[in-house]
Amino acid sequence: MIKSLVDFIGNPDNVGKLKKIGYLMLVATFLSDFFVHREHAIDFWDKIPGWGAFYGFVSCVVIILVSKFIGHQGGVMKREDYYDD
Amino acid sequence: MIDWFHPSILFILGAFLIPFLRGKVQQVYLMMIPALAIVSVAFMSQGTFWSYSFAGTPLVFGAVDKLSIVFGWVFTIAALIGIVYALHVKDSGQHMAAFLYIGGSLGVTFAGDYLTLFVFWELMAFASVFLVFAKREKKAIEAGFRYILVHVFGGVCLLGGIMLHYVHTHSLTVGPMPNDGSLAFYLMLIGVMVNAAVPPLHAWLTDAYPEGTVTGSVFMSAYTTKTAVYVLVRVFPGTDLLVWLGTIMALYGVVYAVLENDCRRLLAYHIISQVGYMVAGVGIGTELSLNGSVSHAFAHILYKGLLFMGAGAVIEMTGKRKLTELGGLYKTMPITLVLYMIGGFAISAFPLFSGFVTKSMVIAGASQDHKPIVALLLLMASAGTFLHTGLKLPYYMFFAKDSGIRAKEPPLNMLIAMGMAAFMCIAIGVFPGALYRLLPYAVHFNPYSGEHVTSSLGILMFTGLGFFMLLKKLDPEPTISVDTDWVYRKGSRVFMWIVNKPFAIYENYLSNIYNTWFTRFTLFFSNFLAKIFDVRFIDGFVNGVADFFMNLAQTIRVSGSGLVRNYAFTMLLGSVIILTYLIFC
Repeated sequence: MIKSLVDFIGNPDNVGKLKKIGYLMLVATFLSDFFVHREHAIDFWDKIPGWGAFYGFVSCVVIILVSKFIGHQGGVMKREDYYDD
Repeated sequence: MIDWFHPSILFILGAFLIPFLRGKVQQVYLMMIPALAIVSVAFMSQGTFWSYSFAGTPLVFGAVDKLSIVFGWVFTIAALIGIVYALHVKDSGQHMAAFLYIGGSLGVTFAGDYLTLFVFWELMAFASVFLVFAKREKKAIEAGFRYILVHVFGGVCLLGGIMLHYVHTHSLTVGPMPNDGSLAFYLMLIGVMVNAAVPPLHAWLTDAYPEGTVTGSVFMSAYTTKTAVYVLVRVFPGTDLLVWLGTIMALYGVVYAVLENDCRRLLAYHIISQVGYMVAGVGIGTELSLNGSVSHAFAHILYKGLLFMGAGAVIEMTGKRKLTELGGLYKTMPITLVLYMIGGFAISAFPLFSGFVTKSMVIAGASQDHKPIVALLLLMASAGTFLHTGLKLPYYMFFAKDSGIRAKEPPLNMLIAMGMAAFMCIAIGVFPGALYRLLPYAVHFNPYSGEHVTSSLGILMFTGLGFFMLLKKLDPEPTISVDTDWVYRKGSRVFMWIVNKPFAIYENYLSNIYNTWFTRFTLFFSNFLAKIFDVRFIDGFVNGVADFFMNLAQTIRVSGSGLVRNYAFTMLLGSVIILTYLIFC
């Protein structure tokens, strides 16, 4: 069972199906946030429906771009033999 | 019936029997010790046990309360899982090192005074380094030496702080320290921060953990940082500095994880990130946030162990550790993949997995303590956690381009250990009440409110969207990242350059002056002494004395002729002189 599930996900032929499933899940997640009670919200953004989805996407993009910028422009990434001499 | 039994005794004394056992007997023995330790924690009651007086100060080996018991639970459970994962290893030395390391960790957990705590603290450092040395490769041995040197530095800071604290307070009892700004406070804090891997004192972790043996690094991922978190919760709750250090840690680990190519180093950066939540929770210092730190440490030990076991299984079976060299393993290692992903979902805080019920306590603690920025930044770091541990690493290791490697699943014992950890990750996520009851303060927190579930899923799912949109940018690159260990890896070379170049020139200049003036003058003076003073005066005096006595002897020889008549004549002459003197004077 596990093997066939993993094989299904890994098979390049199923990329289209997986994409559809993925988009469905994204829409479902986004919409579900509009149908919950928000009695525990403390900060104002917690009261905005869809805030989690927005913040998650922005965080992901910011983390990737900022890290790669620091890595390449900031001189953090070095050749693998940097310490060997 | 003994009222209390120290689980460290089992591990520390038990370690010395390991080399005398072989095969199946050894394997059963290795599993029996952690199992007995779990039993000893299960029957533990609160109180103070095993206190002795040493040179006038009380040593307390068993200070037991809810906080130490909850760490006792997770340390012994992690010991059992780690040992099962390492059962196939024939190297008794590694098992001994692991046992002593675990014993040290439990010793710190139940220590009631700072002296006992320090001794077990050092035992941990010196035992764990052998899990790195045991790889027996040049890089590992070098990393091990750097590891132990950093920990010796941390240990000295801690001991210095303890001594100053004792001088001021005449007490060694482990307990919350008020932040009085004293040197003692900061030295102790630095000593503990080294072990908690708080930047900039963190680089030993990402340097050494990926170099350890496959099984050794699983132990290392569990104990050192989390023992430090325990001490932070015990001694430094509510230290404001830790709020920001923890938040920076959480993001720092995430940024470096983006750049990392070595799979276990990527996971090691996520230890720093996750311990950041715990450190921030300690800094906030409310009951909710401290509960969050403790429960997150509990969950973290299990899912991080699982992730290290998954990555270790891949390294064990393929011999490769870089994401650029791996890929397409899903075909032959599906079980490893699924078990790894359970750890990945747990660390990413998916609902129904352990991270969800613990990490959110720390973030809620920040919100309720009116630190919205801290809460937002910690939430951002959790998006980064899913991005790397849940998406990037498994994607490039098990899917992506096919590397052509057809590695088999790891040995059964490794899979069973991963299964045990995966079971715990899900069990805690589904039944958080059991863990919440163990926490030091009463819990009034429900992670499964509708809004929390949907907004968490929103963050995670849209992080996934961002990942696949920017996939090209995330391709691993065959590089290494410079971190603060540069200071003692390259920085030592700067020091050597200063010694070799400017210092050497200066030294050369000085020796020229010395040669020109001092040596020449000395040589001239010593020549004078040797040729003139020595010959004329010293030798002259000695020779003169000798000549005098030789001449005297020559003269006396005349009288010493050996003829009896001469002696008789001399005696007669002497008698005549004496008699003349007596008669006429």
